[in-house]
Amino acid sequence: MSLAELGLRVALVVVAFLTLPLVVGQAEHKVMAHMQGRLGPMYAGGFHGWAQLLADGVKFAQKEDLIPRGADGPVFRLAPAVALLPYLVVLLVIPLGPGDLVAQPLDAGLFFALAVLGVGVVSLLMAAWASANKYSLLGGLRGAAQLLGYELPLVLSAASVAMAAGTLSLPGIVAAWRPWWLLWQLPALLVFFTAALAEIRRPPFDMPIADSELVFGYLTEYTGLRFALFLLAEYVGIVVVAALTTVLFLGGWKGPFADASLGWLWTLLKVFAVSFAVIWLRVATPRLREDQLQRLCWQALVPVALGQLVLTAAVVTAT
Amino acid sequence: MTSADWLLAALGTVAVAAGHRVVATDRLVRAGLHLVLCLGAVAGMYLVLTAEFLAWVQVLIYVGAVVVLLLFAVMLTRAPVGAAADLDRPGWTAPLVGGAAGLGLAALLVDAYRWTAVAPAAPGTPEALGAAVFRSWVLPFEVVSVLLLAALVGAIVVSRPGGRR
Repeated sequence: MSLAELGLRVALVVVAFLTLPLVVGQAEHKVMAHMQGRLGPMYAGGFHGWAQLLADGVKFAQKEDLIPRGADGPVFRLAPAVALLPYLVVLLVIPLGPGDLVAQPLDAGLFFALAVLGVGVVSLLMAAWASANKYSLLGGLRGAAQLLGYELPLVLSAASVAMAAGTLSLPGIVAAWRPWWLLWQLPALLVFFTAALAEIRRPPFDMPIADSELVFGYLTEYTGLRFALFLLAEYVGIVVVAALTTVLFLGGWKGPFADASLGWLWTLLKVFAVSFAVIWLRVATPRLREDQLQRLCWQALVPVALGQLVLTAAVVTAT
Repeated sequence: MTSADWLLAALGTVAVAAGHRVVATDRLVRAGLHLVLCLGAVAGMYLVLTAEFLAWVQVLIYVGAVVVLLLFAVMLTRAPVGAAADLDRPGWTAPLVGGAAGLGLAALLVDAYRWTAVAPAAPGTPEALGAAVFRSWVLPFEVVSVLLLAALVGAIVVSRPGGRR
């Protein structure tokens, strides 16, 4: 791979990193507005409120950049960057289409993605502690407990697919995928999607933020652009989670027809479909209480993921 | 020196400097954050040495889980945002012991190899590592897992309320 090609690939990933989350953010505005009969997001700019996202951006850029007097400044300022970086790096290994349509094919791509995603929790703890605010700290503690717990079913269910495909490379997993895996790996798919939703702290797993009890959790003290960066991290998180679900469980670039030529389109379609489900769940489900959240993880997801591992191993050794 | 050597030296410097900050800073949580940097730099060194899988394991286990658990525990118990005045830290014995141990080990290592060139090992791919663990070293692997299980059971017994007092 020449240096110019490498630069082009990285540039394309950065472009995807900057545009896809905005598309998801705009979709969230509109989908929520339709589902909840909200009038606000349908107003700005005239037709269908197309300018709402722009207005939000302008609003964030105008707000004053506040750092509480008691806060630990450097850590406080660094936290949003640490929240964004893992997602940007993970986008490097996600294959868009067959052949060479992946920024950086890695042998252990799946493992790399899971390892890097795990770093995100550090940013949460940094934001929570550096804010010097009791609500922030409470939100951070809830978040750390949640993320540590849900990482286990996430990794176990991903391991099931890796076992079925016999490889840790993400393009390799898609290449090995067959439509009947949808049924065979269905429990793993549900566990992975639920755990990933908890990993990015989206409702119904938004206990760490819980705006009706903790002000805004670990984001309480953040304003303006830094807050916008955390929001951006949330939307990139949706894209990354949807992309990983697509690649691992939904067959990535494989579709009913024209796999080779239109593969990238299938991938994007599936990513947006999963993102839509994530937004839908936010509108349709109430927030889980802390004990319900931990019980769901340890008493439902982990046993199901372990059972799926046994099933996968049995089928792989039998065939 | 090749570019790999330079990278290794740079990452090593980062790791040592961050490690020094871990023990020298008087802010508890910042010590944990420096530990993240230190362990991340070590993962980078593994990467330069082509032990790719080991590097990701280092990031997943140490950065993503162990340090986070450590920070979590510190925040649960006590974590002043400013400097903690009541940290007890031996003034001059620690640098002495640490420096002597580090220099001694380095001298031993240099003396063991002198100027003999060592052929680089095969890249640490998941496949190679899996074959090594589950073919040649399967017994130690299983023994270690029994040890971990015993530790887990022990932790549950110790922490269970209403147990033997």
